Amino acid sequence: MEFWKDPLKAAADWLAGILVGWGLASQVSQVIIAFLGVLILISLLMVLDIFLVWVERKTVARFQDRLGPNRLGPFGLIQPFADIIKLLIKEDTTPGGADKWVYNLAPVLSMMSVLMIWAIIPLAPTVVGVDLNVGILYLIAAGAIGTLSIIMAGWSSNNKFAMIGAFREVAILVSFEIPMLTILLIPTVLSGTMGINGIIESQSLWYVFLSPLGALIFLIAAIAELGRAPFDMGEAESELVAGYNIEYSGMKFGMFYAGELLHAFTFGGFWAIFFFGGYRFFGLEKVHPFLAVAVLIFKAMLGYWVIMWVKYTLMRIRIDHMLALNWKFLTPLAFILLMATALTNAILKNSSILIYWAGMFIVNIIIAFVALEIARRVSTAQRARLEGRKGAAAA
Amino acid sequence: MNNEWLFVAFFIVIGALVPIAAISVAWLVSPKKSNPIKQSTYECGIETVGESWVQFKAQYYIFALVFLVFDVETVFLFPWAVKIGQLGLFAVVEGIIFIGILIAGLVYTWRKGMLEWS
Repeated sequence: MEFWKDPLKAAADWLAGILVGWGLASQVSQVIIAFLGVLILISLLMVLDIFLVWVERKTVARFQDRLGPNRLGPFGLIQPFADIIKLLIKEDTTPGGADKWVYNLAPVLSMMSVLMIWAIIPLAPTVVGVDLNVGILYLIAAGAIGTLSIIMAGWSSNNKFAMIGAFREVAILVSFEIPMLTILLIPTVLSGTMGINGIIESQSLWYVFLSPLGALIFLIAAIAELGRAPFDMGEAESELVAGYNIEYSGMKFGMFYAGELLHAFTFGGFWAIFFFGGYRFFGLEKVHPFLAVAVLIFKAMLGYWVIMWVKYTLMRIRIDHMLALNWKFLTPLAFILLMATALTNAILKNSSILIYWAGMFIVNIIIAFVALEIARRVSTAQRARLEGRKGAAAA
Repeated sequence: MNNEWLFVAFFIVIGALVPIAAISVAWLVSPKKSNPIKQSTYECGIETVGESWVQFKAQYYIFALVFLVFDVETVFLFPWAVKIGQLGLFAVVEGIIFIGILIAGLVYTWRKGMLEWS
């Protein structure tokens, strides 16, 4: 019965028993078990990553009214494995003028930054790599390594397209990090902790209902951080051919590609964790840890699907518009939302829970409405001015 | 497990080893038939003119400065956000004044015309 309740802990205990039986110190055996646990989690992530390729290709096919991969295996499920074999036996060319060390390190860092993030993701109440009390800061720090890998790849390739791609990408990543950070403060204010598990535990009502505007800004900023359309200036195919990873081939390109997909899935997961209750689903997570993992994966898939939906529906935005959207709209909005949330939290803290929830929700709706109204007025005025100028030029 | 940062270290080490392993396997099985044409910089078939590592106008230089300020200040806000429940209304107002100063900085940058990508 014990085994059924928490199979992972039972397995770890069983393994610890064997290792101690071999004459190892208890401390050493714990370290070995931790190492094995991390190895298994990362291997499972890589397998998941392979299937994400299939999910992505199947979904984009549906959006574009195609069938997608459907030849190899049922529903084309074996297709990604064929892709991997192809990537493995591709010749790996290095441009002559490249900075070899930086060039080879960039794809490794790109993948590593994503895998590092999974250290803090609680898959279930008991299945968590490590519940850091500075979880959110760790998430941001690990994400910054991804940015670093992009500029390393762009700079070291000694290619002008790659260089321009990296410049643009970093400008976007640097800009959209501000609203992202600010919005991450909102779950912190609401739950009173920076630990990811604590944030999930305190979501008796999903934060998307307490802060719908925050959830929306987080999604926009996350898509920009991922460098996916409509914010994919760094790899704008029609202008830069492939952007920062233009000179990469074979498995090195595969690492960038896999890293990007897993990153998107991870941010879908974080959207679920911060605003949709993570592994919580009406007490289902208490029944069995594996059920909680299934709930989280399901929610992360939904978040990933929303990110794909946005990617394949919207067209690319010009870079000056994109940065204006961030600095002149999202950043002030995020800061105002944070101030309003903190104030509402302080004022309504001692009143009944229903009034607290309703107050938070209403404050969000009011701010969203006012912000959109201001944006609408400003853009209408701008358009009128531009059209007036055009009319004058025509006359 | 007493030290939770050991887990993080494992994640970093294995997270780096997995892509290194993948790339190494590809290096072992892939053909190696390099020639000068293959090694040349890709520019849609046109021969490259000049170096890529030239002085480049970094349009986002000002953005990066503003980002730096905001990033550091936001990190200061995290402890405030964690303890907001215990601190009462006064600390909340203080935090709001702090954010207000930040927004004033943003407005100043905006009025100076530094938020235009040109």
